[in-house]
Amino acid sequence: MDTADTMPATARRAAEIAFVRAATEEPLPPPLTQSGAIGWIRENLFSTPLNIALTLVSIALIVWVMPPLIQYMFINAVWTGADRDACLVSIEHPVVGACWAFVRERFAYFIYGFYPISERWRVDAFLAMLVVGIVWLAWLRAPRRDIGAAYFFVVMPAVSYILLSGWPLIGLSKVETSFWGGLLVTVVVAAVGIVVSLPIGILLALGRRSQMPAVRLFSVIVIEFVRGVPLITVLFMASVMLPLFVPDTWSPDKLLRALVGVALFTSAYMAEVVRAGLQAIPKGQYEGAMAVGLGYWQMMRLIVLPQALRVTIPNIVNSYISLFKDTTLVFIVGIFDFLRTIEAARIDPKWATPTTSTTGYAFAAVFYFICCYLMSRYARNMEARLATGHKR
Amino acid sequence: MSAVGDHRPPRVSPLNDPRVRSIAYQVVLCAVILFLVWGAVDNAIDNLARARIASGFGFWNATAGFDISQTLIEYSTTSTYGRAFWVGLLNTLLVAAFGIVFATILGFMIGIMRLSRNFLVSRLAAGYVELIRNLPILLQLLFWYNAVLKALPELRDSILIPGGGFLNNRGLFLPQPVAEPGFDAVALAFVAGICGAVAYRIWARRRQQRTGAQAPVLMVALALVVGLPVVAFFAAGSPLEFVYPDRGRFNIRGGIEVLPEFVALLFGLVIYTAAFIAEAVRAGIMAVSHGQTEAAYSLGLRPGPALRLVVIPQAMRVIIPPLTNQYLNLTKNSSLAVAIGYPDLVQVFTGTVLNQTGQAVETVAITMAVYLTISLVTSLFMNWYNARIALVER
Amino acid sequence: MGDSVIMKRVFALTIVAAAAAFAATAASAQTLNTVKSRGVLHCGANGTLAGFGLPDAQGAWTGLDVDFCRALAAAIFNDPAKIKFVPLTAKDRFTALQSGDVDVLARNTTWTSSRDTQLGLNFTGVNYYDGQGFMVRKALKVNSALELNDAAICVQQGTTTELNLADYFRANKMKLKTVTFASANEAVKAYDAGRCDAYTTDASGLYAERLRTVKPDDHIVLPEIISKEPLGPSARHGDDQWFDIVKWTHYAMVIAEELNVTKANVDEMVKSDNPEIKRLLGSEGKHGEALGLTNDWAYRIIKHLGNYGEIFEKNVGQASALKISRGLNALWTKGGLQYAPPIR
Repeated sequence: MDTADTMPATARRAAEIAFVRAATEEPLPPPLTQSGAIGWIRENLFSTPLNIALTLVSIALIVWVMPPLIQYMFINAVWTGADRDACLVSIEHPVVGACWAFVRERFAYFIYGFYPISERWRVDAFLAMLVVGIVWLAWLRAPRRDIGAAYFFVVMPAVSYILLSGWPLIGLSKVETSFWGGLLVTVVVAAVGIVVSLPIGILLALGRRSQMPAVRLFSVIVIEFVRGVPLITVLFMASVMLPLFVPDTWSPDKLLRALVGVALFTSAYMAEVVRAGLQAIPKGQYEGAMAVGLGYWQMMRLIVLPQALRVTIPNIVNSYISLFKDTTLVFIVGIFDFLRTIEAARIDPKWATPTTSTTGYAFAAVFYFICCYLMSRYARNMEARLATGHKR
Repeated sequence: MSAVGDHRPPRVSPLNDPRVRSIAYQVVLCAVILFLVWGAVDNAIDNLARARIASGFGFWNATAGFDISQTLIEYSTTSTYGRAFWVGLLNTLLVAAFGIVFATILGFMIGIMRLSRNFLVSRLAAGYVELIRNLPILLQLLFWYNAVLKALPELRDSILIPGGGFLNNRGLFLPQPVAEPGFDAVALAFVAGICGAVAYRIWARRRQQRTGAQAPVLMVALALVVGLPVVAFFAAGSPLEFVYPDRGRFNIRGGIEVLPEFVALLFGLVIYTAAFIAEAVRAGIMAVSHGQTEAAYSLGLRPGPALRLVVIPQAMRVIIPPLTNQYLNLTKNSSLAVAIGYPDLVQVFTGTVLNQTGQAVETVAITMAVYLTISLVTSLFMNWYNARIALVER
Repeated sequence: MGDSVIMKRVFALTIVAAAAAFAATAASAQTLNTVKSRGVLHCGANGTLAGFGLPDAQGAWTGLDVDFCRALAAAIFNDPAKIKFVPLTAKDRFTALQSGDVDVLARNTTWTSSRDTQLGLNFTGVNYYDGQGFMVRKALKVNSALELNDAAICVQQGTTTELNLADYFRANKMKLKTVTFASANEAVKAYDAGRCDAYTTDASGLYAERLRTVKPDDHIVLPEIISKEPLGPSARHGDDQWFDIVKWTHYAMVIAEELNVTKANVDEMVKSDNPEIKRLLGSEGKHGEALGLTNDWAYRIIKHLGNYGEIFEKNVGQASALKISRGLNALWTKGGLQYAPPIR
C-alpha cells in the first residue's frame, strides 16, 4: 500500500504543529451509568416501565420465597435427635424447621432398605463399581473406552448380580430381593434400564427402518404400543400378568418383573431416539458403505451406528434422565425404592411431627435433583461439543 | 462378451440371494413371535384354569358394590363394574382437560418469560424449568398432596373464601350456580354472539381483500360474545341462583366440592407439564430466524401484526408437535392418581375392580386399550395437522 | 439317509422338551415336594400390620400370621427359620398365590365364598375371628357407627372392607363419602391428618393402626362390628395334600392349647400317658406320615412356636402392644369359637 511512505510524512507534519495530536487518543470509557454494574442493571432490569414492573415483581417473589426457605431448611432446622420429641416445638426450638435428625437416623434405611447389616459392604462395592463404569464411559478422554463399554455392559452386570443376590459357593450368602430397598433398588432399576434399553432400542430402531415388512411391522407395533400407554400400566402388566404368561414353575421375582416392565418401556423410547439419529445420517453414508461391499451388520456397526449414536448422545442422556425419574413408579407396584422408603419412614409414628413429611420430600428432592441435573449438564455439554463439529 | 441376449446374472446360491434371505428372516421372526404368543396364551389358560379364575368380560354387568369419591355421572354402590369404568374414565378425562388448559397457559407464560430481556425474569423462569424438570412427578404429587394440602386447616377452622366458599383439608367448596327459568335466554344470546362474531369476521376479511380497509375484529367479537349474554342476563332479571356450601355435622354439604386429591393431582400435573411446554415454546420461538422479523418490518408491518402474522405462525409449526406430546404425557401421567387416591381410570379399574374380580388380564387390557386409543387418535390428528401446516416448498 | 438322521434328532429333542415341560407342570401340583426341594417355604404375609405381620428395621418378622407360617415351616423342616416372607398388599395377594409366588397366604385374609370358589383359594381354617369396625376421633363425640351419616370415611381399596362399608351405609340409609387408598398405611395417615372423620377396617387392625396415629389416645374404636371377618390362611386350589398340611398345622396348635401342651412343657408331655397327647405329639399312630410329614410334626410346631394361645398372647394379646382380649378367639371350652377336629 502507499500509506507506508506517506505516513512518516504526515507524522512529521503533525509533530511540527504542536496542537495536533500525533497519535490517536484512547477512547474514554462510556459514562458510568451506561457501563459496568449500573449500566448493566439499567439495560437489563429497568429499561422500560414494563421491565421495571417485572423486575419489582421478581424481586418481591424472591424475597417472599428465599428467606423463609433458607430459614426452614437451615437456620431453624433440627440436626440432631433420637425421635420425634427433638423436632416438636419446645423451649429450645420455638420455631421448628426441617427435621434433619429424622433423615440422619433413617439414612442407612434409605440407602440399603432391609439389606442385612453384615452384608452391606456388598452394596457399597456395587455402587463403587457403578461409579467407576459411569465415569469411564462418560469421560470422553478416559483411556480404553472400548474396554470400558465391555465392562459396563457385560462384566459389571454379571459381577453385580452375583455380588448383590449372593452365591453361596464363593461364600456370599444369598440375599432375597425382598430385602433390597432404598437407594440400592432405585440404582438397580435405573442401571438395568440403562444397560438393557440401549441394545434393545437400537434393534427396534433398526427394525423400524428395515426393508422387511414383517420386521418393520413388529417393531412399529411394539414401539407404538408401549409409547401409547402409561408406564404404570406397563408395570401393572409386568407385575400382575407376566406371572400368568410363563410356566408357573418360573414364578419370576417381584423385582425382576418390575425390571422387565421398566426395560421394555425405556427400550421403546430409546428406539425412537436412535431412529432420529439414524435419520440424520445422510443417504450417501449408506450408499458408500454398500459400495465398498459391506454387509448390513458391518455397515451398521462400522459406518452408520457410530455416527448416529454420536449425534444422539444428548438425547440418549435425556431419556436416561426420564428413566431415572420414572424409577420412582415402581413404588406403586409395591417395591421399596428410594422414594418408597422415605414414604414409609415419613408415616412412622416415632417421627410423626408437622415437619417430617416436608423434610423427607426435601431430602428426596435434593437427591433426585442432583442426579438429574448432573445428567442434564452432561447432555448439554455434549450437545455444545457436537455442535462445534457441524458448524461451518 | 458372451452371446448377445444372455444377460442372465451369474447363478447365485439361494442362500446368498437377498430376497430369499429376507423372506427367511421374516418367516423365522413370525414363527418365534407366534411361538411366544402361543406359549404365553397356553400358559395363561393353564394357570387361570388351575387357579380357577373366571375369564371373559362377564363381570362388566355385575354389581360393583363399592363407592367412588368423585363421580361425574350417576353412580351408586349398586351400579355395575361397567358403570365404574365410565366413572373412572370421565375422571381421568376431567383432570386431563383441566390440566391441559392450565399447563398451556402457565407453560406459554414461562416460555416467554425465559426469552425476556429482563435478566431477573429470564433467570427465574430458567430456575423454575430446571428445578421442575429434574424432579420426578411422583415426588411432586406426593409433596402437593401430603405436605401442602394436609397442612390446610380442619373443617372447623376452614378458610373462608370471599363469595361463600370454604377451603380446608377436605377440599375446596364453592357456591354452585343453578340456572333458573329464563336462563335459556342467556345461553341463546351467547350462541348468537358467537355466530355474530364469526359472521363479522368473514365480512371484515372480504372487505379488507376488496378495499384494503381494516376493521377492529377482536374488539367487536369480544363485545358480541361477552356483551350480548350480559345484556340478556340482566334483561331476563338475573336468572341465576347460587347454592352455597353449608357446614354440616361432619362435612360441608351443597355447592361444588373439589376433592383435595383432584387439586393435588391438577397442581402436580400442571406445574410439571408447564416446565416442558415452556421449553417447547422457547425452542419454537427461537427457531424463527430474526431475519423473518426484520423482513416483516421492512414490509411495513408494525410489531404487533409482525408477531401475529409472521413469527407466531412459524413458531407454532415447531411448537405444536412437542406440545401435543406433552398433552399426551399429561394424560398418561394422570394415572399416577393411584398414588394419592384420586379415583381415575387406573385407580378405579386396575385398582379396585381388578381386586374385587381377580380378573387381572381383562382389566389391565381394557385400561391399556383406553390409553392406546387416546394416543392413536391424537397421533392421527397430529399427522393430519402436520400435513396441513407443513412447509410447502416450491 | 442324512434327512432321516436329522428327523430323528429333531423328534428326540421334541420328546425331551415335551417331557421336561410335562415334568415341570406335574411337579408344580406337588407343593410339598416343591417346598422340600427348594428348602424354603414362601409365605405371603402382610408386612405392614402390627400383630399380624410386620418386619422390624432389621427385617425380623413378627405377628400371628407370621408365626402360623413359621409353624408350617417347623412342621416341614423342623426349622422355623427356613422361610421367606413375601410382603403382599391387599391388591396383589391373590395373584401372588395363584401365580405360585407364595406357597401359602397368611395375610389376615377374610374367608368369603367368592374367594374360596372363583379366586382359586382354599381357606384352611380361621386363625382369627374378626369383624369390621370404625375408629373415630374422640373430639367428634360420636358413640355409634349409626351416627356417621354423611361422614367421610377412609378405607383401603380392593378389600371386603370397602364392600361391607357400602353395604352397611346402604342398609341403614345413610349417606357415604369414601376416600380410598391403595394401602392401609396411606389410609390411616390420611385419617390421622384429618382427611376423613373415620377409618374403617377389621377391629384387630383398628387397634394396631391406632398405635400408628400421632396421638393414639385421641381415637376410639366404636362398638359396632358390622361384618363377619373370619381371617385365615389359604392355599392354592388343586393340591389336596398341601391343603391338608396347612389346615392341620392350625388345628394342631389349637389342640395343643386344649390339652395344655405348651412350648415350655412339651418335652415332658411327650412322656404323657394321655392318648390324645400321644397322638398329637406322634408317639402313637402314624398321623404325621399320613399328611406326608414326619410323625413328630406337631411336636416340632409346639417346640419351636408354642400352642395357639401362646402365639395369640405374644402377638396380639396382653403380652403385646395391641392388648386385644381373646373374645371370639377363645377356645370353645371357654366360650369362644376356636375348635379343632380331633386327631385320630
